[in-house]
Amino acid sequence: MSVLLFAENSQGKFKKAVFEAATYGFELAQLLGTNLEAVSIGQIENAELEKLGTYGVSKVYRIQSEEMDAFANTAYAAGIASVAKSVDANIVVMAQTYNGRAIAPRVAVKLKAAPLSGVISMVDPGNGFQTAKYSYSGKGVESFKSEKDSLVITVKANGFHVAENPQSIAIENFEYTPAASELDAVAKEIVKASSGISLTEAEIVVSAGRGMKGPENWGMIEELAGLLGAATACSKPTADMGWRPHHEHVGQTGIQVAPNLYIAIGISGAIQHLAGVSSSKNIVVINKDPEAPFFKIADFGIIGDLFDVVPQLIEAIKKAKVSG
Amino acid sequence: MKILVCISHVPDTTTKIKFEGNGDTLDKSGVTFVINPYCEYGLSRAIGFREEGKNVSITALSVGGPEVEPTLRKALAIGADDAVRISAHPNDSALVARQIYNYVEGKEFSVIFTGKESIDFNGSMVPGMLAEYLGWSFVSFATHMEMTGEESAVLHREVDGGYEVVEARLPIVVSCQKGISEWRIPNMRGIMAARKKPLAVVSPSEEVADTLSTIKFDYPPAKEACTYIEPDNAARLVDELVSKGLI
Repeated sequence: MSVLLFAENSQGKFKKAVFEAATYGFELAQLLGTNLEAVSIGQIENAELEKLGTYGVSKVYRIQSEEMDAFANTAYAAGIASVAKSVDANIVVMAQTYNGRAIAPRVAVKLKAAPLSGVISMVDPGNGFQTAKYSYSGKGVESFKSEKDSLVITVKANGFHVAENPQSIAIENFEYTPAASELDAVAKEIVKASSGISLTEAEIVVSAGRGMKGPENWGMIEELAGLLGAATACSKPTADMGWRPHHEHVGQTGIQVAPNLYIAIGISGAIQHLAGVSSSKNIVVINKDPEAPFFKIADFGIIGDLFDVVPQLIEAIKKAKVSG
Repeated sequence: MKILVCISHVPDTTTKIKFEGNGDTLDKSGVTFVINPYCEYGLSRAIGFREEGKNVSITALSVGGPEVEPTLRKALAIGADDAVRISAHPNDSALVARQIYNYVEGKEFSVIFTGKESIDFNGSMVPGMLAEYLGWSFVSFATHMEMTGEESAVLHREVDGGYEVVEARLPIVVSCQKGISEWRIPNMRGIMAARKKPLAVVSPSEEVADTLSTIKFDYPPAKEACTYIEPDNAARLVDELVSKGLI
């Protein structure tokens, strides 16, 4: 029995979600009395792979071939399953990213494993691998068990924690050449959205809604987000009206986020919006309506006109940065 | 071109979720069930192919008890040609994927649309497992799809900070989200026609055993009361956030 991490890289770099999944894999391996090993696919430098050692990985298998440079879920899943079989891993852990969710179900079928999707707590090996995940789009938390001890686990971003567990790490190349039939859906190009910060992985999200009165007023939201190193988001109505791009829409039918800090500006907090943000660790709400439902789940609230409050907030942050 | 649209039967997005029994089941009293919004994007895209002049037949499929039939009728009213209900309890992603696989095998579908996830269990595992069982290509979180030939398509797939352009071969499983099409509202003619369209009930295949089981549902931890800060004192908010190490 051993635990294998799929260490996904984005253009040769690891994101925090991967270190979170590594932490999860390491803690699980400790419970099972085994080591955490990892598989990496695509072009990546040794120096970047070595970072995995900080988070508990003792050995990494690198699959690097021209056919695997671009993301192809069938080929990637086959490569991961191939490593899992060769090292006799019956548990595969990965971050619940877009690619993770495309690969995990295929790997689960290949390994005849149970798919544990989006977990937010450590599995209990002594009790049917019981663990938990969000359900009903954040309105509930489901505790569930697996009949099998062969598992594919995806860890929800910001749903667990990151801890350093330094190991000396070995890097070994692993030969895997995908069959032509496994290159049946291949990424040709990635088109970047304007903001560089990924919404699902951002530590801080600054989100605004209809209270902004129009798209021309978003400058201060972007300034605030820039100061905080935050991603920008918006409510459904503002995306529907074309004030903001759809990929910024946060909520039950948009993107679900769980940042450390979510700042909601001029958003009343319809139940569908709250479902997409309620797992945020800390919530700040700025709204002129004291009855806005968003205040019910806020940690900090300011009842006031956002056109007064936000510029003051920007100034206060600038001052704090200078003095800090 | 034969298209299958998988439909999840879920509580409406405005539902206040309550659990009953030992906390292991949803209290369905007063809850309106609808087509999972993401599955509905897939249905709309399928109808879009017909409107573009392609010769398509659209089958809507759901796994569940008789309670899912009104939801399938709605899919028929929106524009599916026929519907299938696989009579199994859909509480396990592997079981659902396996049931759909057994139905699809040998039926010459070339595209299967699903939602990117259901808004009740939010697992997003069924479409990928289905693709793997079938040995088909799979594109998840699709925001765009155009056919480029009899057996090829180009799709856009959401990724962090943008989208990916994907070239894929058919047959294909596509999990859909916002952007791939607009929802459609059924008209009276569609609603009348839906009553007469075929809705077949299929017995589940027996080979599958459940792998995952729900122990209980809890509510997310309750929040402590909100700390209100005076509107002219943004500096205090900044102090609070700095002292908690948040900024």
